[in-house]
Amino acid sequence: MNDNVSVHHATRHLLNTSEQGLVLLGSRCVTCHEYYFPATDSCTRCCGSQMAVCELGSQGTLWSWTVQAFQPKSPYNGGEAPEDFEAYGVGYIEMPSGIRIESRLTISDPTKLTIGMPMHLVEADYGKSADAVLRTFAFTPSNPTEESV
Amino acid sequence: MEDIAIIGVGMHRFGRTDGVSGQVQGAHAVREALKDAGVSWDQVGVAYGGSQDAGNADALSNHLGLTGLPFVNVANGCATGGSALASVVAALRSGMSDIGVAVGFDKHPRGAFNPRPADWGLEDWYGETGLMLTTQFFALKTQRYLHEHGISEDALVRVAQRAFQNGALTPHAWRQRALSYEEIAESMPVNLPLRKYMFCNPAEGGAALVLCRASEAHRYTDRPVLVRAAVMRTRHHGSFEVFSPSLAAEAAPAPTVTASRAAYEEAGVGPEDINVIQLQDTDSGSEIIHLAENGFCEHGEQEYLLRQGETNIDGRLPVNTDGGCLANGEPVGASGLRQVIEVCLQLRQQAGARQVPGAPRLGYTHVYGAPGVSAVTILEAP
Repeated sequence: MNDNVSVHHATRHLLNTSEQGLVLLGSRCVTCHEYYFPATDSCTRCCGSQMAVCELGSQGTLWSWTVQAFQPKSPYNGGEAPEDFEAYGVGYIEMPSGIRIESRLTISDPTKLTIGMPMHLVEADYGKSADAVLRTFAFTPSNPTEESV
Repeated sequence: MEDIAIIGVGMHRFGRTDGVSGQVQGAHAVREALKDAGVSWDQVGVAYGGSQDAGNADALSNHLGLTGLPFVNVANGCATGGSALASVVAALRSGMSDIGVAVGFDKHPRGAFNPRPADWGLEDWYGETGLMLTTQFFALKTQRYLHEHGISEDALVRVAQRAFQNGALTPHAWRQRALSYEEIAESMPVNLPLRKYMFCNPAEGGAALVLCRASEAHRYTDRPVLVRAAVMRTRHHGSFEVFSPSLAAEAAPAPTVTASRAAYEEAGVGPEDINVIQLQDTDSGSEIIHLAENGFCEHGEQEYLLRQGETNIDGRLPVNTDGGCLANGEPVGASGLRQVIEVCLQLRQQAGARQVPGAPRLGYTHVYGAPGVSAVTILEAP
């Protein structure tokens, strides 16, 4: 990440920096204790509407994955020219509470992606606008030997 | 409960028809269905229909005639056609009218769908950061399903291979070229494990049905197809659906499962009684999942069935005999009714080179899609 240019963080409001470092924020139903990401104001499980903001952690395991091989149309705003588009990984990460979070992955090599592999939360740049770098949350392999160069 | 019959079917060819609007294609399908039934538009007492991207169905009256009939616009995502059919069946049973029409049509831009997050109750970041793609969803769901049930990517290739093989036998199919195993297996990755020829394309087209009470059907046709069940269901909490930034820890049965069970119950039959099947095959993985979710096999059994040719036209479970969505494309509003029409043609034994042998008696159609809806019909031969 380059700190000399301005950054547009698309998902800053979904993250918190606590003692454990970066964590995802969600909500939990006060009545039935179901977890939600992003935070919601109602519970589709028990039909309740009393929700509390909660932290969902930063470590999980890869539950499913794919590689986005073509450049998405709008509303995707990565801003690269078609010839500069690079495939990116997408997955669901199973968090300690059991909730599965959909996320971009920092790697996109299918030979390095395995269901069940440990992953953790980071911030990553995914594109550029006219005057800023675009940033969001992503998950990266926790085992450094699995990481791409 | 009064039995309802399909007395006429009509389509506007799926695919790409430049210069012809979705509504004109829908009106064409209605005219074809009326011709098949031998009735005129002014005899129709109720109509339900819809499209996703081609406007209101009741605007078809501007083409067909402003007869004053109650024409209800249906907007139920991928279950639009199925919902229109279920609504017409209910209306005819209530005695509201003698003859009803269900119609679906669409005309989508080329390439993948580009939905707006706000329409789905989602924040902009979900679309902006590149997570809001239907193809990603199908890939993520398929990847997990193959993993959980020990199915290899070979099964994904075989689904597509059979679809294009059947498409080549279907004069009105959009894709009429049979593809080799290698051509499919080595085609460009779109969203792994799904490749180019394992996905259907958004397309154009129209499909319409004319229905009446079964007791009256012989006034119009000697080949009425009985609607034994027409059911539509929506998702429960915990079901793995498109555009989900997160999934609940505890999985719930898909809307397909609940719609399917309700349809079998309404018809008083089971999956073992069905002779010809249409399953939503947005992609190869979806068809594999739907084979089991609709009760036609156990989870994990699909790869064996595909290798044995059991889902071929001459197999025990003939699936997507017209090539399904893979060979016909998916005009969302029309797609569910295309399935019903194919099964009607099979039950009327008018399916030509792709006719299922042995005079099939019971047919099944299943549509599934955004935003977590499914519609199932069970149809009986004349």
